[in-house]
Amino acid sequence: MPQLVSHPEEVKVISRRWGKGAADIDKYIEMGGYASLRKAVENGPEWVISEMKASGLRGRGGAGFPTGMKWSFVPKQSEKPKYVLVNGDESEPGTCKDHLIFLEDPHSIIEGTMIAGLAIGSKMGFIYLRGEYRYLIEIMDRALAQCYERGILGKNIFGSGFDFDAISQTGAGAYEVGEESALMESLEGKRGIPRIKPPFPAVVGLYGGPTVINNAETIASVPFIIEMGGAAYAKIGTERNGGTRLFGISGHVNRPGVYELPMGYNLKKMIYEVAGGIPNGKALKAVVPGGASCPILRADEIDIGMDFDQLGKAGSMLGSAGVVVLDETVSIIEFALRTIKFYQHESCGWCIPCREGTDWLKKTMTRFYEGYGTVKDIDNMSYLADNMLGRTFCPLGDAAAMPMIGFFKKFRGEFEAYIQANPAAPETQALVELVGA
Amino acid sequence: MADVNFTVDGKKLTAPAGTILIEACRTHGIEVPAFCYYPKLAVQAACRMCLVRIEKVPKLQTACTTPIAEGMVVQTETPEIAQARKATVQLLLGNHPLDCPVCDAGGECELQDMTFRYGAPTSQYVEIKQHREEQQWSPVVFYDRPRCILCYRCVAVCGEGMDVHALGVQNRGAGSVIAPNLQDHLDCEECGMCIDICPVGALTSGTYRYKTRPWEMNHVGTVCTHCGDGCKTTLGVRRADDGMEIVRGDNRDKSGINGDFLCIKGRYAFDFANHPERLTKPLIRQADGRFATATWDQALDYAAKKLKEVRDTRGPQAIGVIGSNRTTNEENYLLQKFARTVLGTNNIDHHRTADYVSFVRALAGKGSRAASLRDAGTAPAILLLGNDPTEQHPALAWELRTNVRLNKAKIFVVNTRDIKLRRQAKAFLHIPEGTYADAVRFLGSNDSDFNGIEGAKDFRDALRAEQKLVIFFGSEFRGHDIDALVSFGLSLPEARFGCLADYANSRGAADMGLLPDMLPGYRHVSTPGPFAEEFPNLPQTPGKNLIEMFDAAERGELGALYVVGANPVSRYNIDPASLKNTFVVVQEMFLTETAQIADVILPAANLYEKGGSVTNSYGDLQLVKKAGDRAGVRSDLELIVRIADRMGAKPQQLVPFGRGLRSDSGQSRGAQSGEADRHTIWLASRQIEPKVSPFDPYAVLDEIERLVPGYDIERMNLLAGNDVPTRLVSVESITTPRRDLVLPAEDALFTSGTLGRYSAKLAEVHESHRSIPGATPTETAAD
Amino acid sequence: MSPEMNPEMNPVPNTIFSPELAARFDRLVTLYPLRRSALVPMLLYAQDEVGAVNDAVIAEIARRIEITELDVRNVISYYSLLHTKPHGKYHVQVCTNISCMLRGGNEMLQHCKDRLGIGNKETTPDGVFSLEEVECIGVCCWAPAVQVNYDFHDNLTNEKMDAVLENYRQKASAP
Ligand SMILES: Cc1cc2nc3c(=O)[nH]c(=O)nc-3n(C[C@H](O)[C@H](O)[C@H](O)COP(=O)(O)O)c2cc1C
Ligand code: SF4
Ligand code: FES
Repeated sequence: MPQLVSHPEEVKVISRRWGKGAADIDKYIEMGGYASLRKAVENGPEWVISEMKASGLRGRGGAGFPTGMKWSFVPKQSEKPKYVLVNGDESEPGTCKDHLIFLEDPHSIIEGTMIAGLAIGSKMGFIYLRGEYRYLIEIMDRALAQCYERGILGKNIFGSGFDFDAISQTGAGAYEVGEESALMESLEGKRGIPRIKPPFPAVVGLYGGPTVINNAETIASVPFIIEMGGAAYAKIGTERNGGTRLFGISGHVNRPGVYELPMGYNLKKMIYEVAGGIPNGKALKAVVPGGASCPILRADEIDIGMDFDQLGKAGSMLGSAGVVVLDETVSIIEFALRTIKFYQHESCGWCIPCREGTDWLKKTMTRFYEGYGTVKDIDNMSYLADNMLGRTFCPLGDAAAMPMIGFFKKFRGEFEAYIQANPAAPETQALVELVGA
Repeated sequence: MADVNFTVDGKKLTAPAGTILIEACRTHGIEVPAFCYYPKLAVQAACRMCLVRIEKVPKLQTACTTPIAEGMVVQTETPEIAQARKATVQLLLGNHPLDCPVCDAGGECELQDMTFRYGAPTSQYVEIKQHREEQQWSPVVFYDRPRCILCYRCVAVCGEGMDVHALGVQNRGAGSVIAPNLQDHLDCEECGMCIDICPVGALTSGTYRYKTRPWEMNHVGTVCTHCGDGCKTTLGVRRADDGMEIVRGDNRDKSGINGDFLCIKGRYAFDFANHPERLTKPLIRQADGRFATATWDQALDYAAKKLKEVRDTRGPQAIGVIGSNRTTNEENYLLQKFARTVLGTNNIDHHRTADYVSFVRALAGKGSRAASLRDAGTAPAILLLGNDPTEQHPALAWELRTNVRLNKAKIFVVNTRDIKLRRQAKAFLHIPEGTYADAVRFLGSNDSDFNGIEGAKDFRDALRAEQKLVIFFGSEFRGHDIDALVSFGLSLPEARFGCLADYANSRGAADMGLLPDMLPGYRHVSTPGPFAEEFPNLPQTPGKNLIEMFDAAERGELGALYVVGANPVSRYNIDPASLKNTFVVVQEMFLTETAQIADVILPAANLYEKGGSVTNSYGDLQLVKKAGDRAGVRSDLELIVRIADRMGAKPQQLVPFGRGLRSDSGQSRGAQSGEADRHTIWLASRQIEPKVSPFDPYAVLDEIERLVPGYDIERMNLLAGNDVPTRLVSVESITTPRRDLVLPAEDALFTSGTLGRYSAKLAEVHESHRSIPGATPTETAAD
Repeated sequence: MSPEMNPEMNPVPNTIFSPELAARFDRLVTLYPLRRSALVPMLLYAQDEVGAVNDAVIAEIARRIEITELDVRNVISYYSLLHTKPHGKYHVQVCTNISCMLRGGNEMLQHCKDRLGIGNKETTPDGVFSLEEVECIGVCCWAPAVQVNYDFHDNLTNEKMDAVLENYRQKASAP
């Protein structure tokens, strides 16, 4: 069972009810649950969207797109039904934050979904969880059932004439299905192949209807924003990065866990104070700041505020805010290999640059790791990654290329040293002839 | 739609709004490369080869997904773009076996072309390629995964195009494969479209694979000899020691009425021409009843002598002539002219598979209401009565599906069976056996009920609301049923009609007068009009039809029977004994049941081995060109002339050669047909055709153009290889009641009359489909 | 083919599933705007009951959803959790992705191999355990982590893992 952690530096907004049995609807309501929904119903869609815009909330799924704006793209009128889609596929390595929301506060997701539905004029929501999260789906299904019992889901909610239905959906093991359009394909019972964009989901989404798709954390934040007001929420964070964020700190730290901290919180403090620093007095080597897709930061780059813009400037990304900490003992070669193995395994295979690119990167990295690498390989792999970037059908290709480019750029020295140091160096010579130095 | 102005590589262009950039470029001669994009199929954007630079857009964009926009400025070939494409090709070559020297696609491979164009000569990788064993999915489809670049075209064409859905994509990432619907093999219509559309050598054809190198072939565009649709097929021919051997059929030439399409027969069933049992020497029956080979002179003299003898001693009425629905119009025309002027009899007929006489009569004065096959692909609404095009008219079925997919055409199906096309149908009227006539009457009536079939009324009302309806009907309709159908159709403002027949030139056989009562162009023999003087001593009373000829033979009243390219003995279950007193001359490719009772057999060329023209079910006239060439065989046209000549007739009177303007220029060089066409057009356009042989189909075509109503077509358009619609000119003199004698061929996708039996591939596929569990030859994977 | 095209394709199947599951499926297909949306959940639940998505499962689900078996196979082969061959009664899935790797995921995988005496993607002769190295399972902060069937076990040490395995072994032998 995941353990909850806490730290004085935390600003508990969406983790406020964690550990208090909020999965039960009575507890949830007792702690103020579904009041935001009432408030939203009373004030109407326009108001909700304006509050969401004011909150500065940006998508927690990775791309960081302003949520209020996304909602406002949904056409008012539409022949086809509109849908709300909660993305709980959470498959980005280093990320387990949504896990805790589903476990500790499922109703906040239901409430957020309904508020989103109200805002865009949708009558149905789908809550998609990755297949591995079976026990969380069962928790969610109980929560949904309770809502129907209480008339919180269904027809004429709070006698307001607002109807809304919601069901959960399970995935079956595929990272790519976290991509919004692939997720819709999956939800329509197909292979998780992404769709051509435009049209974007807000216009043509699930079953061809206008669809808002948001990450579980994004959705869970909604009730709190409605409760405290967009402006107040925005204040917690930094410029253009409103509110708090669930940072999942993993790897070489003394107190790994999911901490809720204001956007823009300093990474160094996060590692050394909040997460208790590196075990056994080891030195820090590097940090992957936002899940496996985000280019790695060297130890000397971590004095930085953790929000979309600052990390963007630093050439990385906030992504899913899964902070993976590497101490000095870690081999970047091994780390890079494990990273590319993942993307090779998860590429849906639809487009050539990603399908073949991840495969060749993995093959070459594997040989390199086994000690049969050459300098030419480093160049070839960089060339490969560079040529994937921006050319693929969906962002998974970029997600695979960017970290690799990061490794080659920031740790080239280590790659070169590895060639010299590795046991198989002699055999390598033959290869050097073959590949060319 | 309104036009949009945009700029590509500095050129200012315009195209209709909504056009996709890659198409807009291609129509202006700017070729943006693509593996996965294929015109008229759903866009996939998977290969990333069509990346282009669009001004003010940060990333490279895929031209296959981008609609053109006013003022859009595009670059399609910059160093940046070339690099992107090169990298993609490099990635593909990483795993692609470089077995081009033995690969079927070598020389016709889009991956080769792209490698050539963007130059990715050195391999970046040392890891061994991922090998997978080649798989045979059906007698005609082989899949080689290592060569596959996963463009998914095959999946798209099988699904969207064929509505068969027999191919899928399985696994994920680099492990992805194309998979057949029965796990390790296919249950499908075997159309071979997947092979045709494959940009590389991943999908190869059971008939062609490892046979030759593409550049060793010449390519002849001609017309398929099988069903009544008359698809244009391109035959790849190669020198063989006994002539030119046909090694491949495909539809690389998309200009035909069949567009992208060919069915299994057009693609693979050319192999009968190379069948080992092919007759290549004349045969004469000996006193002991056995056949002995003879020289051409012996055989022709013998045949001519006996025919002359019977004519002169027992009279013309004692001779019967049976023509073919797979020979050219010129041969059919010549055969009836020979019968009527040289033999002096109207005893001429053929195996009729549709009642064109009634069709023409019903449309009297409304010739413009005849529909071309092309209309099936463009008409906003189609009514299909009877027939099962998926099985009997695959090209028609393709056109209808495509029309629904691309133009949202509405299809109305009336059938006694639950035919596959009902899936595309907007409305389907499932009627009881034998109620087609009633159904048509109902459609024209205001009755509220038809056999208690629910929805019948809605069907009728929706149908009647259609302004531009095209009606295709099968041989279920004959005689007065056709009258009823046509008069119903004519009650709609602009309805047009197509009458479906079964073989490549069934329509031509009827049009050219292979009928005992009808002259060419459906002129009754009693009112011959111009033929009165054209055909000296033309008998003016109807002759014996096919059945009557055999009855006469039974009674010992038929002295001689001359059969050209037909197999009536098996088709009509004739008792061979009944012809023991009849002298039988047969022109054939094989020792068919009919040939076996012959006294003289003259080995004939088939439709792929000669020039001329054919007319498909819909009246579309097309040129056939000489592709194959078999030492020892002669065209039916030549044989008819030679027999006539030996009977003392004047060839000049049969064939206006010398008088005619054009000749078989280039036809004898069919192998270089492209060149031949240009040559012919040039000569024809200057009216300077040397006067040559009496075996020149064009000389006969001259006469057909001159005398057969509706066939006065644009010769040059025809010579250019286009399909030219003939006009239905009805001749009032058609007298009403007559026996239609229609005998449907009952062929399905994998059969083709007697001819089909000699196609090894067709037979093999037919067999394999019997043995597929849960599959019958007439069912498709998707059913 | 698209379902609406072929209405005859779905005779009410004499089901191979338990009455409960069959009933659940009958309802599941009605929950969505499109019947086919039930496909992935159905496959997973059927696999839980039958042990694999074998030919019989594929055939029945194709009938229930009204799509071709090819279509069903295309989907199955895409998703990592779906398998056409049965696993062990307890399928031990060891995460070796980055966060787990940093905290001994690879060693944990090796330990399980030694303990169970099988390699990656293998099943013990008695069919009780099967082993698989998997990608991130979403418990990175409590690494190293293992998922046995659907149950998570995190913050593992070799000792804890042995206890976990022992626990399942007993469950397996319990009547
Ligand atoms: C390969 C890939 C995987 C993704 N996985 C997830 C995921 O597991 N969960 C998620 O919320 N978003 C994921 N995303 C982002 C989604 O596409 C989408 O941007 C997000 O769900 C939008 O919600 P948000 O605006 O609230 O962030 C992924 C994107 C890509 C390209
Ligand atoms: S980039 Fe291409 S291959 Fe990779 S996941 Fe996206 S679509 Fe699939
Ligand atoms: S890395 Fe192992 S659970 Fe995420």
